[in-house]
Amino acid sequence: MKRVLVLFAHPKFEKSKVNKELIEEIKDLDDVTIHDLYEEYPDFHVDVNREKELLENHDIIIWHHPFYWYSCPPLMKQWIDIVLEFNWAYGPEGNALKGKICLNTITTGGSKEMYCSEGNNSFTVRQFLRPFEQTATLCGMTYFSPFTVMGTHKLQENKLLEAKVKYKKVIKLLQNGLDVNDFDSSAFLNEIPQLNS
Amino acid sequence: MTGSILFQAIMFLAGAILCVSIAKRFGLSSVIGYLLAGVLIGPYVLGFIGNEGDDILHFAEFGVVMMLFLIGLEIEPKNFWKMRKTILGMGGLQVGATILLAYLLFLALGFDSKVALVVSMAVALSSTAIAMQTIKEKGLMGTTFGNSAFSILLFQDIIVIFMLGFIPLLANTDTKSTNNSHSESYSLIQDLPVAYQTIAIILSVVFIVVAGNYLIVPMLRKVAKTGVRELLIAAALLIVFGISFLMEFVGISPALGAFLGGVVLSNSEFKHELESTLEPFKNLLLGLFFMAVGASINFIVIANNPFTIIGTLFTIIVLKALILYITGSVFKLKLDQKLMLTFSLAQVGEFAFVLLSFAFGLHILGQEQMDMLLVITALSMSLTPIITLINERLILPNIGTKESIKRPMDHIAKSQKIILVGFGHFGSTVGRFLRSHGVEATILDHDSNRVDFLRQMGFEVYYGDATREDLLESAGIAEAKIIICATNRLVVSKAISKIVKEKYPHVDLMIRTKNRYDAYELLNMGHTQVYRESLDTSLLLARDVLSKMGYRKYTLNTQLQNFRKYDEESLKRLAQEPKRDEKYIFKVREELKQQEKFLNDDLKRGVVDFDNHWDSESMKKALEKH
Repeated sequence: MKRVLVLFAHPKFEKSKVNKELIEEIKDLDDVTIHDLYEEYPDFHVDVNREKELLENHDIIIWHHPFYWYSCPPLMKQWIDIVLEFNWAYGPEGNALKGKICLNTITTGGSKEMYCSEGNNSFTVRQFLRPFEQTATLCGMTYFSPFTVMGTHKLQENKLLEAKVKYKKVIKLLQNGLDVNDFDSSAFLNEIPQLNS
Repeated sequence: MTGSILFQAIMFLAGAILCVSIAKRFGLSSVIGYLLAGVLIGPYVLGFIGNEGDDILHFAEFGVVMMLFLIGLEIEPKNFWKMRKTILGMGGLQVGATILLAYLLFLALGFDSKVALVVSMAVALSSTAIAMQTIKEKGLMGTTFGNSAFSILLFQDIIVIFMLGFIPLLANTDTKSTNNSHSESYSLIQDLPVAYQTIAIILSVVFIVVAGNYLIVPMLRKVAKTGVRELLIAAALLIVFGISFLMEFVGISPALGAFLGGVVLSNSEFKHELESTLEPFKNLLLGLFFMAVGASINFIVIANNPFTIIGTLFTIIVLKALILYITGSVFKLKLDQKLMLTFSLAQVGEFAFVLLSFAFGLHILGQEQMDMLLVITALSMSLTPIITLINERLILPNIGTKESIKRPMDHIAKSQKIILVGFGHFGSTVGRFLRSHGVEATILDHDSNRVDFLRQMGFEVYYGDATREDLLESAGIAEAKIIICATNRLVVSKAISKIVKEKYPHVDLMIRTKNRYDAYELLNMGHTQVYRESLDTSLLLARDVLSKMGYRKYTLNTQLQNFRKYDEESLKRLAQEPKRDEKYIFKVREELKQQEKFLNDDLKRGVVDFDNHWDSESMKKALEKH
């Protein structure tokens, strides 16, 4: 069973119903560590050594955050900037994260229709996530398609319920060795066929 | 008319209020004011309080008794143990050397050897009342000088027990020390043989220690349970009076008994309750005591023998000062601390009254000797504030280590000089934080031992009173960029701000204040950079409380910054409101009213809710409009 580290970053967690439900759903799973960055580092003073240790102890890293201005909230970026050190995470001797699986779990206010070449946002979510994808690749990690909950501004109760159940399933699939070849990499993880079996 | 108790009380109170206010206005210690009031209303000037001075002195001794009780309360046995070396060392040296030299001196002056011994013992003791009052008033308790003075006084206060036990031994071979009309206020055990007297004294001390633990504390617990505050006051007074009575009964100093009682109770949970209850009584009674001392200066005795008295007084003070100076040197005090010690303890103290009258009661001293010595004691006590004043105004400013140590400094500090005034708890934190960033501040401090230590640590430090312009100049205020007032004394900050404003307007002045009232004063003087020491820590505490209650840390951190900003803005606005002048006597009530207003405003403003960025609720609402 693979160990999952959920790096969760939400400056206003107390106001986010969707994220609260998602976290609530997965927090008691075995071998899943929820690491709430805004709670741990309210002053942005990220403890690099502690973070490295956490990363080393897990096989799957999930960047779980709301989509703010087509990216992550600032503390997550701060985390990426200072924890993924040269010659530790990348560079000639940077092998610490090699072979681990990495992905984003994101929530967006706008609907899926808004994120395409015809929509208001012109690009797909996957396109916006390129910096994360390349970051993972540079560190030798396998980057998986993101898990998304979109249109949260108008999300119905039953859709929310569906989303969180899927999140839990996805994490269990990942823990049981879901492979990059098992799904179409252009799809979102919440749309893969394995979830319906 | 003058015999009426009410009239006397009015005279005492009016005299005190008038003279102490005048003394304070001139920046003098309140002790001078009280002494002056005593002289004025005393039998030899205005004559308002007639010859009852003795009775009043007796009553006023409760001020000293309470002071010693409170001192005792402050000394927990373990602190006492920690200070044992200074207490025994400095105190022992001072008392021992003074007794020895004074004894030889009085022998040489032709006194009988027993008389000389009693007198030299009395002379060795300094006035705890005067010295401690002055030290506390000036806020010098934590300094090297303050600690040394405290240790010596403490030793003296303890050694009196032994002196009082010893004096009857001197009387033994003389005429049987009984049946004198004077002795009626003294002990019932006086008629007993010396050995029994000693046993009685020891037994009573043991009694206090035992009663403290098994009688007084349980009683206080019972009283506290009733929840009636007056009862606790009554209980506190009962303890002090009770101990005093017991001690008088066995014929030793009530003050000492009270001191012992204080030490016994210092570990109990009622320590602070007793302290705060007795504090106002203590101060008033001490004031009364000082007035009584002033009133008891017998100008007729002085007029009869002016030269002998002035000569003896002068000799005694010089002798005591000399020994104190040497004691200070032996214990390696810096010059300024040593001088303060020398001048503030050079008087003969209130215990001399006790010892001398005790010896008089035992017929060791004659009436004339006693009168003379009492006058000398009172005079020496009255002179103390004046001597310390001279030391403070004339001598201290001219000594002290001024030269700076040349050392390579960081270029930031060199090109942008920073002066830090006061290196206490607050200033040292500021200084250390600056230093860890390679910024060396020039430090000004008034404790030369600290200055010396800082020098060894490689700081550029100047010793002295930072309100003196010449000292600021030698510290380089002309080239300075920033001056930080880290002292908690508003007077100092105000004085510095005046100098900076008038002469060095280019210097950036940053001031620590204790609370918002001090901050208002400085803001109204035109300073914008005022730092309330009570602000940040209290917000941190409140933040941690809310965090424990389940609020998110990041949100609280943001809210803390919001609150801080809002509070600083409101402080600046409120400082301009003209409502905190002297007319507001009931400051406490005002403060509560103001707090209530703040709290209501905060609630209305809703500190938590005014940031709507990335707030899905407000976004949803906005979306619904379309």
